[in-house]
This record gives sequence, structure tokens and C-alpha cells, in this order.
Amino acid sequence: MADGRSQVKRRAGARLWLSATWLGLLVLGAVFAPLIAPQDPLAQDLFGARLPPFWEAGADAAFPLGSDSLGRDVLSRIIHGARIALGVALIAGTLTCLIGSGLGLIAGYFRGWPDMVISRLVDIWMAFPPVLFAILLIAVLGTGLSSIIIAIVVIDWTRFARVIRAEAMSQGAMDYVASAQVAGRKRFSILLAEILPNVLPTIVVLLTLEMGIAVIVEAILSFVNLSISTDQPTWGSMIAEGRLSIHQAWWVLVFPLVTLFLTVLSFSQLGEGLKDHFDPVLR
Amino acid sequence: MTLIRRILLRLLTMAITLFGVAVIVFFVIRVVPGNPIAMMLPPGAGEEDIARLKALYGLDKTIPEQFVIWLSGVLQGDFGTSITTRQPVLALVLSRLPATLELSVVALVIAVAIGGTLALTGTRLRGTRSEGAIDVANGMALSVPDFLWGLVLILLFGVLWPVFHISGRVSPSLDLPFVTNFYLFESVLRLRFDIWADLVAHMFMPALALAIPLAAIIAQLLKQSLKETMHLDYVTLSRTKGYGENHVITREALPNAVLPTLTLIGVQFTFLIGGTVIIERLFSYEGLGNMAIDAVINRDLPLIQGIVILFALIFSVVNLVVDLTYAALNPRLRHG
Repeated sequence: MADGRSQVKRRAGARLWLSATWLGLLVLGAVFAPLIAPQDPLAQDLFGARLPPFWEAGADAAFPLGSDSLGRDVLSRIIHGARIALGVALIAGTLTCLIGSGLGLIAGYFRGWPDMVISRLVDIWMAFPPVLFAILLIAVLGTGLSSIIIAIVVIDWTRFARVIRAEAMSQGAMDYVASAQVAGRKRFSILLAEILPNVLPTIVVLLTLEMGIAVIVEAILSFVNLSISTDQPTWGSMIAEGRLSIHQAWWVLVFPLVTLFLTVLSFSQLGEGLKDHFDPVLR
Repeated sequence: MTLIRRILLRLLTMAITLFGVAVIVFFVIRVVPGNPIAMMLPPGAGEEDIARLKALYGLDKTIPEQFVIWLSGVLQGDFGTSITTRQPVLALVLSRLPATLELSVVALVIAVAIGGTLALTGTRLRGTRSEGAIDVANGMALSVPDFLWGLVLILLFGVLWPVFHISGRVSPSLDLPFVTNFYLFESVLRLRFDIWADLVAHMFMPALALAIPLAAIIAQLLKQSLKETMHLDYVTLSRTKGYGENHVITREALPNAVLPTLTLIGVQFTFLIGGTVIIERLFSYEGLGNMAIDAVINRDLPLIQGIVILFALIFSVVNLVVDLTYAALNPRLRHG
């Protein structure tokens, strides 16, 4: 078994590092976007429209990944798009995590009526298909980044609440919690000082996966033009433009698509990798 | 519990769920910040026009009264009038429903075919390098959503090697002799295989995009159950009887391993139907989901109401069918 275990470990390590590296580059790109991006992402130049990427004939070195049908630099738009993608991932992911995990911890540790109320809510939420929920919420809230973030939080908090509740419940039944209670500690301080650190690995894994979901949700909504105004560069709106001019300029679709693909894949692989990393059996 | 009682119980819970959805939809729509009346008024409309329009839509009554009127209308099939097209919502929604149902069912068939094949092949080749390759491909397929697979397919089979259509439901040049909107089904009935082929060439890409994540889930779970079943004594027995490996997997292990996968397919099928909303948009496929996004963009609230309730009804029916199939197939529930 030792051999199989080390093999699993090595594979988990590789995907952890690969996905962390990609996401790290992306974060750097987003933070330093104005410094890194070779062009202004909004600058149009109709005479320099649909320039191909650097390795093809007729390319302009100032536009390494080519330009779109309005002559805007694809690379610069991708770099600036990372700001919105990662911003939504960070804000929506964190808020969902805080609300969902908080309610899950309370329900799982205190039990009783808080658990009854929270579990009932989770059941009702789960019965409502997420797509319908999203349609309704966006229709009501209107378009825009804050609507997207609210929609993600409102729809997805149950992902955290359900799992963390179960974890907090099983931790609450352990001896160390009982001995802390016998020692006369306040229940709330036990929750924060004893239970929380033990469910934290699960929270981190769920948060990573949730960030990937947030990125794709934002991309989909900006693809269908339900996100922020069209003059802001987002990966989703770039993909929508690329989809229209696919037969004339494939690079307008391909580069943002590859970026989005790698990002979504990285978040999910990072989450899965962390899950294995925290798993005491594999460790 | 007998099957009849089970059916009645499920119908009751289905009615409660749908009522809950109706309540949520009604009240969520009523808290909309933008006044729906204001959007319908022509420029220069006076107080009198507003009052008349409010009375027409029943907006001058109290909220519970409005809900009763609205619900009784819904139960009689009156979902109101679309704000953008001025046509009855029910007719609009029903005209698009067949396209979405056909797409979903085709996607489900593809997902079962691919997922089942992968699971069986993986079991047949267990312990080899090929099994590892199947697992890795599965992991990829699982962690990337249908929207991205759709775009990848557009690039591969729409641009690089253009063999399939990547937008629309049917070529506009074709003369359609159909009386229903179930084009795919009716083209077979009428033996119009030229139209059938055109429909399939349009439908294959969006259906495959919807199918890939589900196929991966099916492959994963079915392979897992097959692996567990292969260790059971009766499988070893059939092997000692001299049956070949293929026979042992498909005839002996599969029937016992398939039940958990069937339940999962049922649950996942509702997610697949949910996925049609964005996939139809991506492939400009004229279905319910595409209409839903237009309705949201135009804030056509009556239409959104109708679409959401219809989707909820479809999900409930799928869940009901899955539950009953499971009961009919599982001997413990059948005779219990």
C-alpha cells in the first residue's frame, strides 16, 4: 500500500502546485494589470482590427495575442478581465463562505431550534433548482456585479451550511469537546477555539471550489450580457464577442476561453488537491 | 408500502413543492424595484391610463387577493401576457418547450451511452494504464462545466473541422411540414430523414456539451459500483463456471451495480435540463432556456414567471418518474 499511497500523494502534489502557480500568476496579473498590460484594454483602433497573434503573418508585436474586431488588444483585455473574475471570486466566495459556514457551525454545534430552522431552510433551498433561482434573482435585482455577487451568495450558502453542519456535529461529539465543556468553558468559545480549527480544512476546500463556481457564473452572466456594462473587459463578454467573429478571428474567442478554462480547472484541482492534502489517511 | 400509496404520496409532495415555487415566484416578482406598469406605459400616459392598466392586471387589489387571482389563473393555464411580445405566456412557453425537451432527452441518451461505455471499458481494463487515462479524462470532464465544453466543441467541430452546425435548431431553408414542435420526433414519424439528419446535425453539439459532465459522473459512479460488485462471491462463481470476462461484467455484475447510478441519473437529469438555459443561448437554439434569458434581459416578468413555473413542473415530473422507476426496479421496495 505504501507505494500506491506515495503515488496518490505525488499526483496530488503536482496538481496542487500547477493550479496554485496558474492562480498565483493570475492574481499578480490582476493586481498589477495597469503596469503589465501592453495596451489600454479599452482603446479602439479600427485600422488595427482583427490583428492575428504574434506567430502568424501580419501580426503586430505590440498586440501579442492579436486584437478584436474593434482593434482592442486581446492580451490586455484578458489581464484586466482577471480583475473582475478574481474580484467576484474573492468577494462572492468569502461572503458565501462566511454566511454558510457560520450557519452550519451554529446548526451543527448548538443543535436544538437553531438547527431545526437552518436545516429546514437548507432543505427548501435545495429543492429549488439553482438555475431558476438565478433567473429569478437576476430578473429582480437587475444586472450588474453586485447582483451577481448577491445571487451567488443567496443561492450557494447551502453548500457550506450542509457540509459544515455535519462536520461540526461530528466534532461536537468528540471527547475533546466534552472535556472542554467539563472544564467550564463557554460554549461559544468552544465553538471558536475548538470546533472551528478542526473544520477549517473543509472550509478552505469548499471556499476554493466556490471561487471556481463564482468565476464561471460571472463569465456566463457576462457572456449573456447580464453582468456589468459592456465597456468593462470581462472574459465572458470577450468570449461572447469571439463567438460572433469566430470564423474571421478565432483568437478573440480562443485566448479568453483558454484562460477561463485553466482558471476554472485550477480552482477545482486546487480544491481537490487540498482535500487530499488535509486527509489524515493520505497524510 | 404499496406502489399506489407511494405514487399518491409523491403526487402530494409534488403539489406542495409546486405550490411553494408558485408562492416564491409570486412574491419575489412582486418585490421588484422597477414598477412593471411603468414599463408598459406609452410615453405621455396619464393617471387614468395607469389606473386602467393596474385594474387590467389586478394590481389595484391587496397582495393576498392578487395571489389568489394569479394562482387560480395559473391553475387554469392563464399565465398572463408577455410584456415584450404581447402574446399569451402559455402559448409562447409551450411553443418552445418541445425543442428543450428533445435537446434534454438526446443529451441524456448521449450521456448514458458515453458514461456507460467508459465505465464498462474501465472495468474491463482495470489495473492497466488505459484505466488511469480514463480516470484522468473523467476528472477533467467533471471539473469543467457544460458552458465551457460547449465553447470547446464550437471550436473543434464548428471551426477547426466544421462537420456540425453550431447555431440554430434547423436550417432555415428547409420547408417544415410539421404540425407539432417536436421536430425530431415528428420527422421520424413522417419518415422525413433528410430533415431528421439536419436536426441531428444541429442538435448534436449542444447535446454533447450538456452530456459531457453527466457522462463523467455516470462513468465514475458506475465504475465504482462495478468494481465493488466484481469482488462478490456470485461473480467469482460465474467466473469459475467458465464465463468470459465480458459476460461476467455485462451479464452478472452490471444488473446489480446499476441501481445507484439510475438514481443519480435522475437527480442529475434535472441539472442537465437547467443547463439548457445557457447552452441553448450559446448555440442559438430556439428553446425555453434561450427564451428565459431574453425574458430576463427585457425584464418580461409574466414570461419569467411562466418559464420558471414550467421548469419547476418539469423538474417535479422528472423526480416523480425517477422515484417510481426506482421503486419498480428495487425488489426491496417492490415487495416491501
